[in-house]
Amino acid sequence: MKLDAKIPSGPIQDKWDQHRFAMKLVNPANKRKYSVIVVGSGLAGGSAAATLGELGYNVSCFCFQDSPRRAHSIAAQGGINAAKNYQNDGDSIWRLFYDTVKGGDFRAREANVYRLAQISVNIIDQCVAQGVPFAREYGGLLANRSFGGAQVSRTFYARGQTGQQLLLGCYQALERQVAAGTVKMYPRTEMLDLVLVDGVARGIVVRDLVTGKISSHAADAVILATGGYGNVFYLSTNAKGCNVTATYRAYKRGAAFGNPCFTQIHPTCIPVSGDYQSKLTLMSESLRNDGRVWVPKQKGDRRPPGQIPEAERDYYLERKYPSFGNLSPRDIASRAAKEVCDEGRGVGPNGLGVYLDFAAAIGRVGEQKIRERYGNLFEMYQRITDENPYQVPMRIFPAVHYTMGGLWVDYNLMSTIPGLHVLGEANFSDHGANRLGASALMQGLADGYFVIPYTIGDYLATAKLPKVDASHPAFKAAEAEVEARTKTLLTIKGKRTVDSFHRELGRLMWDNCGMARNAAGLRENLEKIPALRQEFWENVTVPGSGTELNQSLEKAGRVADFLEFAELMCRDALHREESCGGHFRTEHQTEDGEARRDDDKFCYVAAWEYQGVDKPPVLHQEPLEFENVHLSTRSYK
Amino acid sequence: MSVTRLARFWHSTLGKKVVMGATGLIMVGFVIAHMLGNLQAFESAEKFNAYGAMLHGPLHEIVLALRVVLLVSVGLHIVAAWQLTVRGRAARPAGYARQAPQMSTLASRSIRLGGVVLLLFIPYHLLHFTTGDVHPDFIPGDVYHNLVTGLARPGVALFYIVAMLALGLHLYHGAWSAFRTLGIGPEDPHPRHRPLTTAVAAVVWLGFTAIPVAVLLGWLR
Amino acid sequence: MSGGATGTMNLTLMVWRQAAGSGSGKMVRYEAPGVSPDMSFLEMLDVVNEGLIQKGEQPIAFDHDCREGICGSCGMMINGVAHGPMKGTATCQLHMRSFKDGDTIYVEPWRARAFPVIKDLVVDRSAFDRIIAAGGFVSVSTGSAPDGNALPVPKTDADLAMDAAQCIGCGACVAACPNASAMLFTSAKAGHLAMLPQGQPERRRRALGMVEQMDHEGFGGCTWHGECQEACPKQIRIDWITRLYRDYITASATRREENAAEAAI
Ligand SMILES: Cc1cc2nc3c(=O)[nH]c(=O)nc-3n(C[C@H](O)[C@H](O)[C@H](O)COP(=O)(O)OP(=O)(O)OC[C@H]3O[C@@H](n4cnc5c(N)ncnc54)[C@H](O)[C@@H]3O)c2cc1C
Ligand code: HEM
Ligand code: HEM
Ligand code: SF4
Ligand code: F3S
Ligand code: FES
Repeated sequence: MKLDAKIPSGPIQDKWDQHRFAMKLVNPANKRKYSVIVVGSGLAGGSAAATLGELGYNVSCFCFQDSPRRAHSIAAQGGINAAKNYQNDGDSIWRLFYDTVKGGDFRAREANVYRLAQISVNIIDQCVAQGVPFAREYGGLLANRSFGGAQVSRTFYARGQTGQQLLLGCYQALERQVAAGTVKMYPRTEMLDLVLVDGVARGIVVRDLVTGKISSHAADAVILATGGYGNVFYLSTNAKGCNVTATYRAYKRGAAFGNPCFTQIHPTCIPVSGDYQSKLTLMSESLRNDGRVWVPKQKGDRRPPGQIPEAERDYYLERKYPSFGNLSPRDIASRAAKEVCDEGRGVGPNGLGVYLDFAAAIGRVGEQKIRERYGNLFEMYQRITDENPYQVPMRIFPAVHYTMGGLWVDYNLMSTIPGLHVLGEANFSDHGANRLGASALMQGLADGYFVIPYTIGDYLATAKLPKVDASHPAFKAAEAEVEARTKTLLTIKGKRTVDSFHRELGRLMWDNCGMARNAAGLRENLEKIPALRQEFWENVTVPGSGTELNQSLEKAGRVADFLEFAELMCRDALHREESCGGHFRTEHQTEDGEARRDDDKFCYVAAWEYQGVDKPPVLHQEPLEFENVHLSTRSYK
Repeated sequence: MSVTRLARFWHSTLGKKVVMGATGLIMVGFVIAHMLGNLQAFESAEKFNAYGAMLHGPLHEIVLALRVVLLVSVGLHIVAAWQLTVRGRAARPAGYARQAPQMSTLASRSIRLGGVVLLLFIPYHLLHFTTGDVHPDFIPGDVYHNLVTGLARPGVALFYIVAMLALGLHLYHGAWSAFRTLGIGPEDPHPRHRPLTTAVAAVVWLGFTAIPVAVLLGWLR
Repeated sequence: MSGGATGTMNLTLMVWRQAAGSGSGKMVRYEAPGVSPDMSFLEMLDVVNEGLIQKGEQPIAFDHDCREGICGSCGMMINGVAHGPMKGTATCQLHMRSFKDGDTIYVEPWRARAFPVIKDLVVDRSAFDRIIAAGGFVSVSTGSAPDGNALPVPKTDADLAMDAAQCIGCGACVAACPNASAMLFTSAKAGHLAMLPQGQPERRRRALGMVEQMDHEGFGGCTWHGECQEACPKQIRIDWITRLYRDYITASATRREENAAEAAI
């Protein structure tokens, strides 16, 4: 396998424009003749399906929820970045580009990131035109907030529901195409395999989650926009259905997986309250604009926060990072929280939490202002914890939130399998080793609205594709495999539930492949995961049949993939002997506990090629060149 | 409106509701006037008969016109009511084992039942006081006499009282919701906060009920 | 201090069980011992389901995904109230501290002809998607948009539009409505777009199209019970229904619009 990023030549600011001109166009009259499969109806998949439909392609779109509007993008709270510079505070495409590359700790591809920054401005225009009710100033113009430690206000938002509003805009555009007959929507349908004909992606095998029917869909090109795999940790801020299945099955068919170990831990989530816990809830980062993070100075101090005098509180972020303080980037803030909890200074019932205190802010601007700013978040917190954050400080703890890793794609968003394109969180994309707040929505929409519609046209216009339909033997073979696998899961009839395996796997990943990693822990996982996987295939129990709605069966299939994928993550984490962004190797830190990056050895994208279930994958490297942003160590001190 | 548009309007649940609201309000107007007219019975038999005579004499044409309007309104109202009720029931074939109303009122839930009661009342009432067919001793022209003798029998008076209860409830909900249906409703999210309608419904209810009650107690004779 | 009340509860559940593909089902009784008040309602069901699976029985099927009250997947009648006793809260955000030891809890699926039950508590809400497809959008193809600040929107309008746009499409309004009417859902989407300048060109056509589809799906009419507003996890007000009536009346009364609507079909 050879990695060719296909980065256009020329100065970075002209690459995309020249490339768009260089690309072949599909004759409008022929578009209808080309069929495209889009798996996923989130911001990335939904925007792609809608736009390709508008262009006249014959689109089929799939999602596992009962409606495309429920894709996990709906949960995004904080906002979406765009280099509009409406605030005239010195923002620009160059600055957004620079911030994203630096924020990603120099592990992202410059050309992609620059294009992302360029496109960001069109996204806002498009969404406004769709009727997305962004926050406004009294003058009637769009409002912005500063987010995730950016020094400019470039984040557009719709209350605490930005993702919801963007997705609904996208969903409406999608339904418009459904009505127009250009897009056929397949909800409650899960992709279970990718089908290649002569080495080219030509379709997928799916299971109808209502009837259980397994069938094939053939097309001229396949797009995966299936989101992130944070649920490999069991507990995460991701929706319960988020999975690695689609991308992992593609990986098993030959698509290289990029930087699987790059995961983002979000510092402000509601701590775990019990072992029945099914997911973690994010508290928008914007809270850190007014909240002060602290823990007691002495360990095991069990006094209620109110009774701990100022002198005995440790505002550790302000102490360690004077210039950024409570606004330091996610990975740094998260790690700092873990450290103080490891020291035994954590708060809350199980000692896994730190305080996010609004007393000072309330004293400064008054409770009313705080209510206006964070009212809905405070309510959500109280609903879940039964504590009133206006009176007692919030308790927060880091949680898995986003996965920067994903299928490797070139500049055209095509994977190492010809015809297989990957968008949104599902690709390894533009965020390097760490994603800046409010940049994922931007990337998902950039990929779907403004990149793929061009690049897929070029692919279809140039690729010589023989006619293929679902009766082709390759499809029959893939269907048979899926059938067999489903059957096995149903017939093991062991003693343990799917969730119990998922929980155990999550624990292993959180302990040894989470916020801080080291060789010993990762090796331990590489021992334990295969063992757990083996037990799964011998001792899992999945009730019900395969010919009906069977949620246990759905889970089982996803967990089975997590059990293989987790190993790949640990391998990647073990091989990357450096600390960068969300990937922190305890062996590689400075005296004062800061990440130590190794640009000489690891300034590359790690793309893994599958070799077989119990065979180690092969590592391919895409070296990263930084011609416009000069390699430098991040310092938020 | 062109035919197609009228058809589409009438076929939609919203269109039918708008018709109900409009016809309902026309009827509301009528009952208020009618109630005021009836109350003159408390002044004196002469006054009341004079009023009756006026309706049948000088104002005859107007009354005729009014009858037509009323007849059409009641007709449309009933047809729409029937069709909406059928659709509403069909929309939930299987009910709940438990259902705990949070905001609906007795009036809103009994609007259809109330309708049925009124459906029975109105024809009877016309045969009773207007044509006299079901009246024990009907003297054309002597409205006061007809009224008092007509309501003298407790059974009849009771039916009137019950019917007026139904009307009161029907109005308590209907006169409020009609405005919302016509798109000019009050911007008040709390369905139970409706002072004006409450007053109208109460006045109409009391105003009407007063008469059979008075007859029963022998105040009117 | 430690996240709410301590001490666990023993509860009895009466849950609607309906086999996939079968038209009928029944209420089945389950014991739920040792429930923590800090659990969410769905986590409580998770625990019950783990027990059922251990016993080789089929777990109770219910839709859910985000568990943050935003995706609109979850939803069940809890003791006869859509999404349960806590106002402005989706089922997944309802916590067990809203119940007390010894309670018996009735759990039923949304019931409406337009929402056929697929299995247990899972219903088919695709009718909502078809209502949106019938006009619940602004026809603006990718790339054709003017600058975001090209047309200002008064803050108050934008905020009002947002109130309606918050609808999560859960279907609780239909479930709670004695007529199984979808008026709150439909009016919320039509109202969100009608509130903004972007939504004006198609405003009337949208009202006609969405209402026609809504009726076609077999939802009931609105008798103004107001139950929907109480059940709505986003507390969307029935004033939006009034606004939809207004738009529908104007639309039906304007010629220009009819042609547009005809053209649309
Ligand atoms: C709580 C939370 C808050 C966030 N806040 C922000 C924020 O403020 N700003 C920001 O920029 N980003 C934020 N993010 C990140 C951002 O929301 C996501 O990265 C982004 O929405 C991913 O979009 P997507 O389209 O790539 O995938 P998704 O939206 O996850 O869509 C995945 C789609 O794929 C489908 N799918 C998945 N697997 C299969 C399969 N096997 N078969 C068929 N279909 C399948 C699903 O049905 C779904 O339609 C947040 C994330 C979380 C969890
Ligand atoms: C206690 C209550 C009521 C009393 C005592 C009452 C009494 C009367 C009397 C005496 C007449 C005859 C008037 C005349 O012929 O000159 C009359 C006519 C009529 N009443 Fe009532 N009425 C009552 C309630 C109602 C209600 C609730 C309605 C409608 C919902 C109604 C509808 C009519 C109509 C339509 C007529 C015929 C008017 C006409 O000549 O066109 N009445 N009523
Ligand atoms: C003749 C027998 C009647 C029947 C069968 C009847 C039935 C109904 C029904 C079923 C409704 C509810 C419709 C719905 O929302 O689905 C209704 C509403 C209403 N009725 Fe009647 N009704 C009758 C007489 C009257 C009378 C006499 C009045 C006025 C005095 C009246 C005024 C109203 C009003 C104002 C509404 C509200 C309409 C709306 O909500 O828009 N009705 N009626
Ligand atoms: S209006 Fe409210 S109740 Fe109805 S679907 Fe939307 S959010 Fe759910
Ligand atoms: S409950 Fe039903 S009747 Fe109307 S006001 Fe709500 S839709
Ligand atoms: S699960 Fe998403 S709203 Fe409840």
